[in-house]
Amino acid sequence: MTSPLLTARGLAKNYGPRAACADVSLDLYEGEVLAIVGESGSGKSTLLGLLATETSPDAGEVHYRFRDDEVRDLLTLGEAERRLLMRTDWGFIRQDATQGLRMPVSAGGNVGERLMAVGARHYGNIRATAEDWLARVEIDPGRIDDSPKTFSGGMRQRLQIARNLVTQPRLVFMDEPTSGLDVSVQARLLDLIRTLVAELGLAVVIVTHDLAVARLLSHRMMVMKGGRVIETGLTDQVLDDPREPYTQLLVSSVLAA
Amino acid sequence: MNEHAQATGYNFAYLDEQTKRMIRRAILKGIAIPGYQVPFASREMPMPYGWGTGGVQVTAAILGPDDVLKVIDQGSDDTTNAVSIRKFFARTAGVATTTKTVEATVIQTRHRVPETALRSDQVLVYQVPIPEPLRYLEPRETETRKLHALGEYGLMHVKLYEDIARHGHVATTYAYPVEVAGRYVMDPSPVPKFDNPKIDDCEALQLFGAGREKRIYAVPPHTKVRSLDFEDHPFRVQTFKDPCALCAAEGVYLDEVVLDDRGGRMFVCSDTDYCEERREAGHRGHLAGDDPLSPVGRGRVAEGDRVREEHKSDSASPSPRPSPHRGEGEEALP
Repeated sequence: MTSPLLTARGLAKNYGPRAACADVSLDLYEGEVLAIVGESGSGKSTLLGLLATETSPDAGEVHYRFRDDEVRDLLTLGEAERRLLMRTDWGFIRQDATQGLRMPVSAGGNVGERLMAVGARHYGNIRATAEDWLARVEIDPGRIDDSPKTFSGGMRQRLQIARNLVTQPRLVFMDEPTSGLDVSVQARLLDLIRTLVAELGLAVVIVTHDLAVARLLSHRMMVMKGGRVIETGLTDQVLDDPREPYTQLLVSSVLAA
Repeated sequence: MNEHAQATGYNFAYLDEQTKRMIRRAILKGIAIPGYQVPFASREMPMPYGWGTGGVQVTAAILGPDDVLKVIDQGSDDTTNAVSIRKFFARTAGVATTTKTVEATVIQTRHRVPETALRSDQVLVYQVPIPEPLRYLEPRETETRKLHALGEYGLMHVKLYEDIARHGHVATTYAYPVEVAGRYVMDPSPVPKFDNPKIDDCEALQLFGAGREKRIYAVPPHTKVRSLDFEDHPFRVQTFKDPCALCAAEGVYLDEVVLDDRGGRMFVCSDTDYCEERREAGHRGHLAGDDPLSPVGRGRVAEGDRVREEHKSDSASPSPRPSPHRGEGEEALP
């Protein structure tokens, strides 16, 4: 058995006297999709920020296994190395696509940005790669020069996915990627994510309040409440046979269609 | 009172000695780290921001009593900005001034690098409106500083990518970003990209002062300055179809001069000193008469009127960016 890709131990973050996240530990293996669910304010997004080293924790540590199999502490990583990691080996799909995209820049420029950031200097190749990725996320390559401002919400999310996956990352963080989209668009997006995750063998940490999304995408899930993880397990196990009263409440409050 | 008489009550070159020391320290740091923007405590100058307050402070800090000063505005020695700054230093420092590039030891410039090659005993001082090349791509100053510190310049290429995607070629024609000494990306101030190759491996020291933005940066002599580009869209300078109408010079940057209200126009050297020198040496363009300095036909086009129509307001206003040069020929595309 290989060692985990990402390991967190005892992560904690306080905002003033309030604990947003307390004593969270987890292991994530390559090709595994982990869902973090919980109600609003339960510390899901804070945890994601901590794992992605966008926020610094008050306690705990995060280790990551690099491509050369070396496991390193992310919190002691230099700024330059950390940023390089984030734009090559990692991806971050934001809830609000306008935050994850560069809105004044064309779709092609958005997809090409990471390539140019790691040194691609051939316009034709960058453009060909961008076209290829637009097609893979089901955006008409003919719209490569259009601004994402002219795109629908679903297209923006797909563009964000293409922009993040273009450098072939191994680990992608997703923060509520499907919220705010109507159900049919949601279904197509989930389908796309599931296909890409399987094809590319991505490890994914996905934060969602939508249990259906967790059931569809994830292998394992963590239930959070008040900044603490109250239940973890295989997705179908947690959803079909919840142990904690809070999880039972969460599962039973899903409206059956 | 003679307007060129030296003003009394001011320190040499207007600024006090402590301020000049502070600016010199910033300049030295800038020279030590080519292309790096050094913050400095920019002073209020007796002119509005955008008229060259940064350049004037740098000039004041490096000027000595034996220096000969030349000031150019859009290549011309006799537009408002150039005349005023020259007069300012003639009065506050009593230094000799000139319009000839070869005679000058300090040249303050706005929008152009002289056509005549500079020498190692000369200093070129640029007036810079916006020193940050990443400004319109990344609005946060904290973030742009971080990008410079970490050498993350992918964003600059995103801009060039967008140009090519929209226009089929890199449409940035002035303030074209350059990489200095293989490290910092720098805005060469709004000189036309035609002048970028002159900044590379230049004999003279080049200093850049931005008064409003409070930044000084420098390119030491013989520094490698590379214009950013793509492998399949290499950097190119503007080319012009016809030579200068007055001095027949080719391979120089030309300005368009409107001659009448019926569409008549001519293209002449933007560098007035260069143009005059060539005419004195006997070169004749197709609109030049027999008198070395007088274009024929429509009476003498006074040097002071040789401002292009679309630049008339520009040369007398603090607009930080020049309007597009209509006289530019199309760039050859691959």
